[in-house]
Amino acid sequence: MSFLSIADLTGGYGQMTILNSVNLSLEKGEIGVIVGPNGAGKSTLLKAMFGLVNVTGGTITIEDEDITRLPPDRFASRRIAFVPQEYNIFPTLTVNENLEMGAYSRSDDFSAIMEHVYDIFPPLRDKRDQVAGELSGGQRQMVAVGRALMIEPRLLLLDEPTAGLSPMFMSEIFDRVIAVNRTGVTIVMVEQNAKQALAIATTGFVLANGANAFTDTGKNLLANPEVAKSFLGG
Amino acid sequence: MTGSVQSAPATGYRRDIVVFAILGVIIAAVYIFQGSVYSTRVFVEAACYAILALGLNIQWGYAGLFNVGIMGFVAAGAAASMIVSFPTNPDFWNSHGPAMLAWFIVKLVLSGALIFFANLSQHIGAGPRLKPLLIAIAIAFAWIMLSSHMDRMAHEIETKAVWMGGLGLPVYLGWLVAAIVAGAIAWFVGKVCLGLRTDYLAIATLGFAQIIKHFLKNADWLTKGTLTVSPLPWPVPRPEDGDFLFARALYLSVVAILIVVIYLALQRAYHAPWGRMMRAIRDNEEAAEAMGKNVNRRRLEIFIFGCMLMGLGGAILIHFASVFDPAGFIDLNHTFLVWVMVILGGSGNNRGAIFGALLVYVIWVMSAPIASWFFDQLRVYGDLWFHWQAPGDLDARALQMRVFVIGLTITLVLRLAPRGALPEEISHKR
Amino acid sequence: MAEFVFFLNKAVLSGLIIGSIYALGAIGLTLIFGILRFAHIAHGDVMTVGAFFTLALAGILSAMGFSSPIPLVLITLIPAMALTAAFSIGLDRIFYKPLRDRGSQPIIIVMASIGVMLMLQGVVRIFAGTGTRNMFFDQPKDIYRIPFPGSTRDLVLTEPQLVLIVFTFVAVIALHLFLTRSRLGKAMRAVSDNADLALISGINIDHVVKATWVIGGGLACAAGSLLSMDVFLKPDLSFNLLLPIFAATIVGGIGQPYGAIAGGFLIGFSETLAIFNWSVLLRPFKASLPFDLPSSIALVPTEYKLTVPFVILIIVLVYRPTGIFKGRVL
Repeated sequence: MSFLSIADLTGGYGQMTILNSVNLSLEKGEIGVIVGPNGAGKSTLLKAMFGLVNVTGGTITIEDEDITRLPPDRFASRRIAFVPQEYNIFPTLTVNENLEMGAYSRSDDFSAIMEHVYDIFPPLRDKRDQVAGELSGGQRQMVAVGRALMIEPRLLLLDEPTAGLSPMFMSEIFDRVIAVNRTGVTIVMVEQNAKQALAIATTGFVLANGANAFTDTGKNLLANPEVAKSFLGG
Repeated sequence: MTGSVQSAPATGYRRDIVVFAILGVIIAAVYIFQGSVYSTRVFVEAACYAILALGLNIQWGYAGLFNVGIMGFVAAGAAASMIVSFPTNPDFWNSHGPAMLAWFIVKLVLSGALIFFANLSQHIGAGPRLKPLLIAIAIAFAWIMLSSHMDRMAHEIETKAVWMGGLGLPVYLGWLVAAIVAGAIAWFVGKVCLGLRTDYLAIATLGFAQIIKHFLKNADWLTKGTLTVSPLPWPVPRPEDGDFLFARALYLSVVAILIVVIYLALQRAYHAPWGRMMRAIRDNEEAAEAMGKNVNRRRLEIFIFGCMLMGLGGAILIHFASVFDPAGFIDLNHTFLVWVMVILGGSGNNRGAIFGALLVYVIWVMSAPIASWFFDQLRVYGDLWFHWQAPGDLDARALQMRVFVIGLTITLVLRLAPRGALPEEISHKR
Repeated sequence: MAEFVFFLNKAVLSGLIIGSIYALGAIGLTLIFGILRFAHIAHGDVMTVGAFFTLALAGILSAMGFSSPIPLVLITLIPAMALTAAFSIGLDRIFYKPLRDRGSQPIIIVMASIGVMLMLQGVVRIFAGTGTRNMFFDQPKDIYRIPFPGSTRDLVLTEPQLVLIVFTFVAVIALHLFLTRSRLGKAMRAVSDNADLALISGINIDHVVKATWVIGGGLACAAGSLLSMDVFLKPDLSFNLLLPIFAATIVGGIGQPYGAIAGGFLIGFSETLAIFNWSVLLRPFKASLPFDLPSSIALVPTEYKLTVPFVILIIVLVYRPTGIFKGRVL
């Protein structure tokens, strides 16, 4: 069985079903990128993986452990981290405190990991005692990802990490994502900027209307004329 | 929006029949055991509470507005109606009082205008720093002007005429003015709070009710303060020659007609586009706002309307009691009891509110003798078995049992039956 | 000079004292508001219950024949705070948590807190009666008279007032250290900032909620007890406290403990300055004044003291709903 495997996942909010039997599997150390048009259920899929959506059918397993319908506060101790698209920092806490909160589920000494996070995101090091809400958009995004890294995740879920960032910051964030991935973290990322994201993807998943439309390597999806026409804007 | 509204299913009316049949049995029992003179009095009061409950029900049930200052609107309405309909006091009219009062009203209007214009001062070029300063100056100026004038006026009236007396106008006019005064206060409170989450409205109404009561209690020139005003006129012949039953029954019919009129009007409004819009706002404010509904304006309308009913209900209640005593307005009786009526009856359902009001009021009135009986037993057997010397204020404590029970009822209903006895009748399709 | 000392006593010291009470109450309220997202209307009654715990424990000590050089209520204050903290957690478990778990709207929980308020009022009066009680039943209050240079009048401070001022000072510093240094304190700020993110970061919300009630309940007990020691213990203590502490919370900015402290003192000083008789200060210059000095010049008559926090509340809601410390607008 794969490292991460989602089988026939169905679910949504309240009575409304958004995901219709979605499948996704990923090996350890890979980057999976979920793309698709607005309303395809990309973010919902990510939230469903983290216990934030009402799952009515199907299973999610990671390293053979069933995590379907696990309450969201139990993921940190299983070293699974999620970075929401918005409201993903603690705005009145300092950068350092944000990272500490990321490590809340740990009882060991995490100062080395914190140093490691500052190595990945050098701009944060100078601002460690600054209140996170006062940082620029790109730096906030770094704080958000850095917070998630504090548990040394096996699996990192990123919901549109480049949303609202200028192109310059965008490529910087993608660079960081690759850097994080190189340290052995498996990543599942939802992206609006499909072309850049698929370029770094091991596997790409194209969703449409809450179901799988195409699944292939990132390169193949980019080369597939049908995908390009329907989902990548020509 | 098509098909989102269904008419009430047949089973809904079966529930109504059962619930009101139970109520009928209870009413009959009260009449049999307590005699018709006393029972009619209880039901006039219960009917007044039904008006209050209808007012709260449209605020909470239709629009989700959390008003915990019902007592304030009741008191304001009662005071307004008392002043309009009580006979005139010649001493007052022969003193400088009327002139001073007229000046006071002029100054009040001027102060309001002053603060209003200070608020608009950015249109005439006042910057973000100057505007708060102008507003602060306006408020301070208005405050000093009004409070010093009120001091002198109160002194003049109280020394020359004890109090200003009424205007001697018909009672029905008094009731109308009661509704208008309560509505005006609601306009002010609503303007301040309705743009914010309804917690703020709760705090503000709670505070405002205290201040209204405080003012009525201390403004001797206006309300005679602790001396109380009585007897208040009735719109129907007062009980003469001890024929209480006939007079009370007449009063009851007046109130009952009013309730029917209010009920029919509310039902009509509920099923009209206006009512649908209110519920849309309550259930999903953002969606309603996105559809271009002016949420705050609609809320303000319903808040004012609900408070007008409270003012009216308060006026009717106090005229029936015939004594205006500002100290008699109590949060427990005039705010929280009404809340229990509405949530127990079923918020959002007007028949539920009426049912809740009648049932809860009867239980409320009957519980006083039961509680004191219970505590009497406690005193007797406590002494007999344990040589327990009951504290001297045991009877006062026994009354507190009811405070506890009201609180317990609120928490239990919220936990166990959040939809009440007669739930809201329209189901929403999602 | 005597007039100036009168001013210090009646306006500055009084403001400091009542401001401390409001601040202690408002801290708990603002934390509950920030973390549990509802207006805890029963908070004033938790203060009353706390004061009764202090008195009851002191009564038990005294009945056991215990006597001490310092008043018993000052000894039992700390255990009573612990008791009130546990009591508050119990209230949450029984009345608020089930509604929260069911996903009720915050306003339903506010309503439940009104139910709790009435129940607490009822219980206190059933058990303790409706009369007033003296907290210093075993010995008289010490009164400290501090001579003021150049004045015939002394600065006057009573024993409970001194304890209150010292206690508030210590409590504020302890709270600051807790919130900025300890893991749990930071987690409380995190939950207040962004509860969803705190949940997915693996912060134990249950611990945070408990800590909130411990701090809120403990400080409410201290405020209620110390206020009752300063005057008398009345069952309707909460009645006059509710509006000022809510005003202090909102003025300070919801979810902002430092704002609540500032708000508490702001409301306290506003009250005392508004009812202070300013004509006393002008009396020495009576001869040189161009007008006749009235015997009393107060902005607000004493019986309308309650309007001061209310007016401040309304002004803040209209012009700056986030409060002075930029709290959250619910």
